[in-house]
Parts: sequence; C-alpha cells; structure tokens
Amino acid sequence: MGCEQRRGKLDAYVDGELDPAEARTLGEHLRGCAACAADALERVQMKRAVQMAGKRYAASADLRNRITKSFATKPRRHLSPWQILAAPALVLLILSVVTNFYLGRENARRQRVYSELADLHVAALASASPVDVVSTDRHTVKPWFQGKIPFTFNLPELQGSEFTLLGGRVTYFAQTPGAHLIYQMRKHEISVFIFQDRPFEDRREETAGLPSGAAHALSFNEENWTQNGLRYFVIGDVGADDIQALSKLLRDAA
Amino acid sequence: MKVPEERASAATFEALAMPLFDQLYNFARWLTQDTAEAEDLVQETYTKALRGFSSFQAGTNFRAWMYRILRNSFLSSRTGLKTMVAIDEEADENLLPAENTTPESILIEQANRAIVQQALAELPVPSREILLLCEVEEMSYQEIAETLAIPMGTVMSRLFRARKALRDLLRKRGEGGRDGM
Repeated sequence: MGCEQRRGKLDAYVDGELDPAEARTLGEHLRGCAACAADALERVQMKRAVQMAGKRYAASADLRNRITKSFATKPRRHLSPWQILAAPALVLLILSVVTNFYLGRENARRQRVYSELADLHVAALASASPVDVVSTDRHTVKPWFQGKIPFTFNLPELQGSEFTLLGGRVTYFAQTPGAHLIYQMRKHEISVFIFQDRPFEDRREETAGLPSGAAHALSFNEENWTQNGLRYFVIGDVGADDIQALSKLLRDAA
Repeated sequence: MKVPEERASAATFEALAMPLFDQLYNFARWLTQDTAEAEDLVQETYTKALRGFSSFQAGTNFRAWMYRILRNSFLSSRTGLKTMVAIDEEADENLLPAENTTPESILIEQANRAIVQQALAELPVPSREILLLCEVEEMSYQEIAETLAIPMGTVMSRLFRARKALRDLLRKRGEGGRDGM
C-alpha cells in the first residue's frame, strides 16, 4: 500500500474509526514515514482546533429554567381522577411513614434496654463467679439480698419443674440496684432481673412504658412484666416457651 | 394509569435530556447563528422530544435522537430552509487526500480560536454541522449517521469534504493575512 492510499485512511485513523488491525498497521507505518506522520499530526491539530473553537456558546440560565419548568408543570394542569384518588392514599402513606418512624424509635428503645440486659446476663455467666450467693434454695437466696437492694421479692418453688436456681448477685441497671438471679435448665442459664419499677430516674423515658411481653433479640429470648411495683426481666438462650414457663412460675410466686 | 405513566416518563425524559442541554444549545446556536433563534430551536426540540418520548425506542441512541429532532426542526425553520442548500452527495467524491505540502500545520498551530470560529461560521451548514458533531460532540461515525439519517459512507465523504473546506478557508485567511502585512 502506498502512502497516497494510506492517507485516505488517516481521517478514520485520527477519528478512531479504523478497526484495531488496520489501525495497528497504519500506526506502524506512521512511525517510519515522516511525511505521513506530519499529515496525521496536522489532522489531529485540526480536530483539536475545531473542538476548541466549537465549544463557543453557553445557554442562558433563563432558557434552562423555562425548559425545566415545562416538564414540571405539564402533568399538573388539571387533576385527573387518579390524582383525586391519590390524595387520600398520600395521607395514608404519610401516616404510615410517621407511625413506622415512631414504632421504629420505640423498637430501638426496647432493643437498647434488652441488649444492655443481655450484656449483664452474658457478663455474669462469663465471670469466674457468676453468682455471689450460691444456693439452689430460694430460702437462702432471698434473705441474702436483704439490705443489699431496696426491695424484697418472692421466688417460686421449683420442685417438679425443669428449672434449678443456681444463685444470685446484686446488679445495677441505670445506676439502680436490682436482683440478678440465675436459673439453669438443661445446661442453659437463664437470667432473671428484678428492679423496682419506678426508680430509673435518668432512664425513665427508656424504661417507662416499655411494653410488657415477649421479645426476641440477639439470639436471646426475653420476657418482661411489671408486678407489685417490681419490674421483671427474664432472658436466656432457651426457647421462648421455656422463658414463658419460668416467667409464669415467677409470676405465680410473687 | 395514564397520568402516573406520563409523569414517570417526563421524569425519565428530563433525567436523560437535561444533561444534553448545554451541548444542544451550542449546536443550535452554531446552526442558526442567532441567539433568539437558537433558544427557540432548543425549546422546540425539548417540547417535541418530550411529546415523542413514548415512541423513543429504548436501546437506540438517545443523544442521536435528540440531535436529529433539533436538526429536523432547524431544517424546517425559515433560516434552515434558506441555509441548507441541497447537498449533492455524488457530485464531489474526490476522495484524494488534500495536498499537504503547504505549511498548514504551522498555520493551524498559529490559528487562534477566533479564526477557526470565523471559518466554521463561514462553512455551509452541512459541513459545519458534521464537523461539530464529530469534533465537538465527539460522536462516532455511527452516531453521526443516525443523527443525520445518512449512510456511514456518506458520513465519511461529507466529513472529508468539510475538513477540506475548512482547511481551504483557513489557508485563504492565512494567505490573506500575510498579504495584508
């Protein structure tokens, strides 16, 4: 192929429109042919000059606004039946978003309390002496707490049940002392926390109004309720049924 | 269901079309050589394109489609009818390379932006528009073919002619400038 013919392809070459094989061949030729290389260079410079010169005019912001507005106003010219129907739907949507937000916060608050209690449960089990009073006898454990916490409570008789009392310790939740009892069931430990229902002064907004009932979080099952001015939390890695069974025993005894 | 669909497509259209706004205006201004006409042309383009957006085939080149609408609107305008002289594709198929013995490279290197702009403005519209599409919009030959609704071969020959015409104009200016000194 002569230089004349090659030059016929230089435009396509500088425009990046030659197929890769052709472009490679031509590129090799350009490295060895000064005349063709100068021609190619001139074409590239011309391209660049046109590119720079061609970017010349800027539209007014006003035109842009006018056009953007024309998209926005068009569908709103009149309310269609669909839009009229859509209004109540929108109200419902907003309500449900607000409700979800509220429930989300409620849930988060609940999760925070539970996860702190779960931490207490795990920390106690992980310590060298999970309980300070080691006894399976409720009549030993209950008096041990006297003078250590500002309230008393009753513990259930466990004979005939699957649960065994391992012992108890004083615990603190939100700077408030409470009883932490550990029960065992088929090698699983369950914590029972008992606090006075009122004194969470700085955490009032978190614990007050905390819904009673069962919950499941962080692989633990939980149950909590208020009874005789005491707040009970039962938490453990056993099934929800077992948590409920223990809860029922505690409730009946209180 | 008509309204939500319309709305969704207006939003889609806006998202696709507004990024092209500045380029389209630049192109329109080059075609019309007039600010007010260019503004009208761009506005008309967006109105037509939005109206026809439902017929736009997904997967085809949106940019080429927008430019084609703009160009067709221009061609049917008064200015467009006047400036767009019939293009005889077959008349000048002299694809022999231009003479490159003249020191054009030096000239182009020296040519400042204003000179090239002046030359571009002087070019006939078919040459001006294809150069803008190729160099400024950096469209591929395929995109240019779609925009101008012409075959690829015609894109190449028209581009070749446009470049030659621009070179000639610049050379003439260069010579004129030298004569004037």
